[in-house]
Amino acid sequence: MKKYIHDMLVVGNQQINHNYFLLELKAPEKLPEILPGQFVQMEVKGNKNVFLRRPISVHDVNYKENTIKFLIQKLGEGTNTLSHAQCGETVNIVYPLGNSFSIPTEDNILLVGGGCGVAPLLYLARFLKAKGFKVSTLIGGRSKEDILEVHEYKKHSTVYITTQDGSLGEKGLVTNHSILKPEKCEFSMIYTCGPEPMMRVLSKFAFNHGKKCEVSLENMMACGIGACLCCVVETRHGNKCTCTEGPIFNPKELAGWIY
Amino acid sequence: MIDLGVKIKDLCLKNPVMTASGTFGYGEEFTDFMDISTLGGIFVKGTTGSHREGNAYPRMAETPAGMLNAVGLQNKGVDYFISDIYPRIKDYDTHMIVNVSGSTVDEYIEVASKLNDLDKIPAIELNISCPNVKEGGMAFGTSCHSASAVTKAIRQVYKKTLIVKLSPNVTNIAEMAVAVEAAGADSVSLINTLLGMAINAERKTPVLSTYTGGLSGPAVKPIALRMVWQVSKAVKIPVIGLGGIMTATDAIEFLLAGATAVQVGTANFIDPAVCTKIIAGIEDYLRRHRHSSVSEIIGGLK
Repeated sequence: MKKYIHDMLVVGNQQINHNYFLLELKAPEKLPEILPGQFVQMEVKGNKNVFLRRPISVHDVNYKENTIKFLIQKLGEGTNTLSHAQCGETVNIVYPLGNSFSIPTEDNILLVGGGCGVAPLLYLARFLKAKGFKVSTLIGGRSKEDILEVHEYKKHSTVYITTQDGSLGEKGLVTNHSILKPEKCEFSMIYTCGPEPMMRVLSKFAFNHGKKCEVSLENMMACGIGACLCCVVETRHGNKCTCTEGPIFNPKELAGWIY
Repeated sequence: MIDLGVKIKDLCLKNPVMTASGTFGYGEEFTDFMDISTLGGIFVKGTTGSHREGNAYPRMAETPAGMLNAVGLQNKGVDYFISDIYPRIKDYDTHMIVNVSGSTVDEYIEVASKLNDLDKIPAIELNISCPNVKEGGMAFGTSCHSASAVTKAIRQVYKKTLIVKLSPNVTNIAEMAVAVEAAGADSVSLINTLLGMAINAERKTPVLSTYTGGLSGPAVKPIALRMVWQVSKAVKIPVIGLGGIMTATDAIEFLLAGATAVQVGTANFIDPAVCTKIIAGIEDYLRRHRHSSVSEIIGGLK
């Protein structure tokens, strides 16, 4: 897929709460095709302490308006600076980057997002529903403040929620939700993004119960286009760049995840 | 018409802007963003005798005005380069120069001899300055004796343009340059990265899996500029300057300090089309200063 470098216009920047914001950018021309699971490298202007671009996953795409939405957690100086972007300003991005979630071969799909890991799953849910798949989304977080955009996920999927403090949905870890009880779990495929320990547990669960699984990794990277070789993950076939051969991987390929 | 051409021994570059090894892949990664045939040259990823996996993740840390890397020469080895990569890149209309690395002198010799037979590779860059490998690499480039020995050995087997990439992690870089010039180098490129470190205070851990890594980016530019200035006064062979070049003005400073050409490295990660802007900016500078060729400003520091 051809990659582009564009100055995007900020057309929306909504602070969801003190931890998260929703940035909406409009392309200067017709948006290229963007696949679910892909990401962009976003330039951060106006902060001397931020040198590199920030890899940010695509939350949703609107081809009619030529806009892309990003659900971003304020984790450090880069994302904090981006959270102050004003409508009318421009943000430079390199995109679309990385591979994508595969199209499932069987119906009844479960998406599992932990915290801001839900970000790439909205566009995936929209994409899968449009293709006629039955989609469920399980969203987990520490507390109700970490459960984001539920109304959006409900447009495309049946939504289940867990919080560690029990402030919303079932209490406990996302991996312990009742829909994941082996005897009740009828999903054929699990797509997940979020903290690595969560994705490892889900990968083992999927493997042990004969379900397919794909995980989205968030390794630190410099270039995002396969040049710097900084973002590698150890696979059963050697180190691979998360930016070009990922960010979506079958956990069976990742060294130590299943095998 | 402004003449941007420069010469590194027999190698005629269409302009002095090249890309640094390990920051531009094999050029292919950048074709969506710029016309890579506009470059003076491309230094491809460090190539060793056999396949290397490099160091464990994490290999990168962002630092003020720069970054540390500890990739550790991940590459598929010289035979794979020749069979699979060379056929794809050999017809690019720019000079494809291979960065050569090894753990032993014999490994350097093996790689250089094999590359000597490739028609479309007009030069190699001998990497005796990689800070991220346990054996070889920088160990060769931090003593005049070993730098001279490995350069001499390669000069025996490599007949085309031989560039030696110098380490800044030395007390006197000019002495190193003089030593490799005497050993037969046609050019020196400098600087490789500076050995550095990053620590995560909250976790009380090193950020890089290797503890230390190589610092690059604008943070190192003043050091690189000083070293290029010192080396270009000490040797007769052409000097290729690199270290933190982000803009045309940065590149021009290196030329004024005595570099015949420059390499752009880390900047490619931030703007994959930056070299196009740097080439245009140099031409614009020459026009504003009423120079008819870039050679008029090389070493032109008042």
